[in-house]
Amino acid sequence: MHSSLHDASQSSLHGSDTTQQVSAVLLREHKGGLMTAVKATLERDLTLLLRRRGEVLNPLVFFALVITLFPIAISPDPELLAVIAPGLLWVAALLAALLSLDSLFRSDYDDGSLEQLLLAPQPLVALSLAKVAVHWLLTGLPLALMAPMLGIMLALPAGSYAILALSLALGTASLSLIGAIGAALTVGLARGGVLLSLLVLPLYIPVLIFGAGAVQAAIFGDGVSAHLAILGALLAASLMLAPWAIAASLRISING
Amino acid sequence: MAFDSFSEFLAMGGHAPYVWSAWGVTALLLLATVWHARAEQRQLLKGLKRRARRANSARGNVQ
Amino acid sequence: MWAFIHKLGSPKWFYAISAKLQPWFWAAAVLLLVTGSLWGLAFAPADYQQGNSFRIIYVHVPAAFLAQSIFIAMAVSGLVFMVWKIKVADMAAAVMAPLGAAMTFVALFSGAVWGVPTWGTWWMWDARLTSMLILLFLYLGVIALRGAFTSRDSASRAASVLAMVGVINIPIIKYSVDWWYTLHQPASFTLTSRPTMPTEMWLPLVIMVLGFYSFFIALTLMRTRSEILRREANKRWVQDLVKGQVVNAQAEEAR
Repeated sequence: MHSSLHDASQSSLHGSDTTQQVSAVLLREHKGGLMTAVKATLERDLTLLLRRRGEVLNPLVFFALVITLFPIAISPDPELLAVIAPGLLWVAALLAALLSLDSLFRSDYDDGSLEQLLLAPQPLVALSLAKVAVHWLLTGLPLALMAPMLGIMLALPAGSYAILALSLALGTASLSLIGAIGAALTVGLARGGVLLSLLVLPLYIPVLIFGAGAVQAAIFGDGVSAHLAILGALLAASLMLAPWAIAASLRISING
Repeated sequence: MAFDSFSEFLAMGGHAPYVWSAWGVTALLLLATVWHARAEQRQLLKGLKRRARRANSARGNVQ
Repeated sequence: MWAFIHKLGSPKWFYAISAKLQPWFWAAAVLLLVTGSLWGLAFAPADYQQGNSFRIIYVHVPAAFLAQSIFIAMAVSGLVFMVWKIKVADMAAAVMAPLGAAMTFVALFSGAVWGVPTWGTWWMWDARLTSMLILLFLYLGVIALRGAFTSRDSASRAASVLAMVGVINIPIIKYSVDWWYTLHQPASFTLTSRPTMPTEMWLPLVIMVLGFYSFFIALTLMRTRSEILRREANKRWVQDLVKGQVVNAQAEEAR
């Protein structure tokens, strides 16, 4: 791609060398389409987050820690734990996802790159969707993959481990989308953390109901497809609607 | 009239504490919101009037 | 007709028009609430199963209806504010939220109190009560968010966005909680799903619901006018209005 740009600048401008370099630089703008912008945001955020690997692990460590609290607090007896395991795993994963939301826009807001994102010619809706996708890839998915291991610790009955991971993967995607609305609304506030959970937790309840319901249904052996279908529907709805709310909220928080 | 006497009405067939506490809290909250709304309006008007009087007196001294 | 609605958008006109409308709604509210209460408490027949504790329905159901309608009204006025930039719509939305939260609390409290003679416990994870509890958290979220911003314009727009997101989620939450309740609970007796009520029980309920709604409209008109005074305090028409009152007051003192 660079070579074509270079020839274009040479053929049109026959000025001296310096003007050529200047014009070459000017003309090297990417042919910016929507997909290139989205891909660029994805790559940027992935590399940024992977540089701070510690921060990526925090939700996972939190998830494991919360799970270990319950046998200590309630009782180590496997029969009792098996009954409450699906609900505990889902609530702990949900809280871990909630905790990691605050940092979703926070670092970009602090160093001003969020404003650059708003000024980008491409629609903010798509760019915010890309940011949320990165958040899901680095928190939702790992939580889902880690959950079966913690399920063993809670004596989760056999046959529900795959469903646990699948429902968590599906559920945390809508959790990230809905939570990003709250994160965008509270990014401008100094102490937005607690407020974020107050805004977002009521909206998490349908996902929690069907997610935990799916795992329980798997344990009792009756049909899981209904739960997963509804989780998918919730995801489809939030995929369609949430980015608009996120974009609007980001614009509000920036000039808040 | 579903009750024969006023005292029976108060007793509510043994459910008096539940019926009257539910209705009492509702009435209390409704009255509280009305009282708060009126107090808020009085405060605002008082503040505006005080500012208007201060503006008048200031203009009075200037002339 | 459109001129009238357009005028409603300007605070000055709204302040004047609502002054005329308000007494009517207050009168309707008092009339309806008094007749409905007397009818429901004293004249309606007792429920054959529950006896007189059934009379709590005449407070529980109107408050529950109002709680949900206020959230919808708040979201609609938030939308009107975001789309057409009508400040009065946002003032109304800001003023409605506390009343909505109060009505949700009333519905929750009366539902819990009603549960004691019916189920023998104060709190029962009944589908309706659980949805009402979540609605209360949604209200608190909107109120807290509106209070968290320093600049009023951002606070209004943030609260409007959250109200709209919330109103989309209310039916989803309601149906998922109902589904969750039927799954975990055999279809036991729920608060209001009963064989259709005879008319002499049902009529006072309609009157109470209408009474609650006119109370809501009257109170919202009144509190929106205060909010107009608070936000437009430095506008000329407010100063003239107040100066007019100050001059009259001084004239009376002089007389």
